[in-house]
Amino acid sequence: MSVTTISARSYAQHQPGWFARLLDNKLFLIVVCLTPAIGLLTVFLTYPLGLGVWLAFTDTTIGQRGIFVGFENFQYLLKDPLWWGAVFYSIFYTAVATFGKFALGFWLALLLNNHIPLKSLIRAIVLLPWIVPTVLSALAFWWIYDPQFSIISYLLVDVLGWRSTNIDFLGTPWPARFSLIAANIWRGIPFVAISLLAGLQTISPSLYEAAMLDGATAWQRFRYITFPMMMPILAIVMTFSIIFTFTDFQLVYAITRGGPVNSTHLLATLAFQRGIAGGELGEGAAIAVSMVPFLVFATLFSYFGLARRKWQQGEAND
Amino acid sequence: MSNDITRRDALALGVSAAALAVTGAKAQTSPIKAADVPAPKFAIEKGATLRMLRPVRFVQADEDVFRANAAKFTKDTGVEVKVDFVGWEDINQQTAVTSNSGAGPDMIIGFSDAPHIYVDKLVELTDVADYIGKRYGGWLPLAQTYGKRSKSNAWIGLPFGATAGPLIYRKSVLKSVGFDKVPEDHAGIVDLCQKLHKAGKPAGFALGNAKGDGNGFANWALWSHNAALLDEEGNITINSKETIAALNWIKQLYPTFIAGTPSWNDVSNNRAYSSQEISLTANGVSLYFSLKNDPATKAIAEDSEHQLLPKGLAKVSPMAGLTLNAMLFKHSQYPNAAKAFLTYMLEKDQYEPWLNANSGYWSQPLAAYADAAVWSSDPKVTIFKDTMKSTYYDGYKGPISTATGAVSADYVLIQMCAAVATGAQTPEAAAAEAEQRAKRYFRRQGR
Repeated sequence: MSVTTISARSYAQHQPGWFARLLDNKLFLIVVCLTPAIGLLTVFLTYPLGLGVWLAFTDTTIGQRGIFVGFENFQYLLKDPLWWGAVFYSIFYTAVATFGKFALGFWLALLLNNHIPLKSLIRAIVLLPWIVPTVLSALAFWWIYDPQFSIISYLLVDVLGWRSTNIDFLGTPWPARFSLIAANIWRGIPFVAISLLAGLQTISPSLYEAAMLDGATAWQRFRYITFPMMMPILAIVMTFSIIFTFTDFQLVYAITRGGPVNSTHLLATLAFQRGIAGGELGEGAAIAVSMVPFLVFATLFSYFGLARRKWQQGEAND
Repeated sequence: MSNDITRRDALALGVSAAALAVTGAKAQTSPIKAADVPAPKFAIEKGATLRMLRPVRFVQADEDVFRANAAKFTKDTGVEVKVDFVGWEDINQQTAVTSNSGAGPDMIIGFSDAPHIYVDKLVELTDVADYIGKRYGGWLPLAQTYGKRSKSNAWIGLPFGATAGPLIYRKSVLKSVGFDKVPEDHAGIVDLCQKLHKAGKPAGFALGNAKGDGNGFANWALWSHNAALLDEEGNITINSKETIAALNWIKQLYPTFIAGTPSWNDVSNNRAYSSQEISLTANGVSLYFSLKNDPATKAIAEDSEHQLLPKGLAKVSPMAGLTLNAMLFKHSQYPNAAKAFLTYMLEKDQYEPWLNANSGYWSQPLAAYADAAVWSSDPKVTIFKDTMKSTYYDGYKGPISTATGAVSADYVLIQMCAAVATGAQTPEAAAAEAEQRAKRYFRRQGR
């Protein structure tokens, strides 16, 4: 260290070139280092987002330049039963799927945290549903739920003989909704399980040893050590999970396209359907923009709500 | 390859062009009658080159012959033509970009309504259409609807062919329940479907978000009851007593379908029919060919029959064909060369081999081509010959516009039918909702 300082001083006497002096300038360095990042963000994030928000206030269609129409798109959406249906299902889908993913994912993480043979291999396998491209797993589920060729129907009807007719997974609204949620849970579990597993491994074993000495049961150890210690990471993982689930598109679009009769449209699929297929870019953008308040609310809720110390440690423990 | 060279040599020797059918078939005995009409002279620009986009093929021979025809044009005129084949789902977006940016291919073969959407950006093709029409027995009704600007005789698109989805059924199954063919009246169809249902080989029509099959079924149900989305002036008339009647009929019909049709997409009925789960559906000729070409299902193909969609209360079979529609953009630097190319491709030396190469997937827009060999090659495909004789089209019976395309892309009419079929809505409520949604799409038409 001292060697470099000395040599730098001796260089200063030799009047270093303008380029070297420029590189010594802190302001210049900040600008040079940040420009690429800011440039990328502007071009690929800020501009599309801004354009999307702008389009939401116009009546642009594919093939026709729109004019500014103010809140007309949003006013129409508020009167549109399909939009309300999509809002309902988006919230329902997110709530049920997130709950399912966390219940099963946490459970899986606890199991994986034990010492089992071939631990690393099993952990790698668990990640598979998450690694497979969504569209591929969606296609697999599409076949699993097919009204005529479902493997589940085949097992129940032709192999076991428990039913006489095929199950109509996607032909009626509620079964279709739950079928999609099941597919989403299947896909989302690995992300939750592996993230929580990482969290579990940071909990010091000495806490459990101390609790055991005090005679705590397994449930008490979970409730008063594992769960509170996991709260911060739960909050982060849940925030991500809610965002991923609420903005899900591929599963629904590949399996049902929002059918039967629009009962499984999420806001994202409805936005695509109206904006690209229907050509009403403005309205599609408005639907996409209408997701933002929900996302902000969900994020704030899980981030601030779950991360609060009171929640983590109980009311009395300020 | 060596074949190719001999043909080109022959060309150089000045042998009649008719002998040069690209497929190598015996074209000397072409059955197509062409009237002796003076061809318009297009002064091809110096150094002209052309670019064209068109939808991808059904069968390999389609692309081969199309490219060979284009190469022949290059050889005859010296105009380089580059043809790109684009996926069906991309062609609309690419047309929109081309038209808005004023750059890109000179010509695009789009689908049905495309020229009506981009009419401001297109070169009028009346001279080509008039000549070709006179020469080949006149343009068929569907070609006129899609080719001409509404309520005028100005041609903005040149239809190259159409494909439609008539009924396809199992002869033996229908016979076993006492029918030789599907009845033409609504009550008879319900009766047939009930009997098929009882026999365990039900009918099945797509009621899900299926752009082709779903819209085909919804349009058939509506048009056969004389209901329509629009009147001739373009006013929305979907909320009518005819629509209610059609929806009530669907409500009657739906319980006889195989389970799950509200979740069907465009391939579902193909699969259900191929696996013998259903005995009656509506589909394009592709289903028949896939059955026929697979040894495992050849027997099903032999037992299958096509039939035009039953008329119901309509005068002709209410079936609209998806149409290939060629457009020439104003931004093209070589409009004359492009016109010459389009004319050339529709002349019988080029068009007839191409039509035959498509083995029935596309049917001709011009009356004279009905005599092409393809239509006598397989009696079960012959029915597709008259696809473009239909007076029904997407957006019937109003003027074609962006909104008519959007209504079918957004499944408005299918969802109206499916909502009633599944009991989610009453016919009245469903028709009112469809009217609301249609109004939204049509709100800008007056501007």
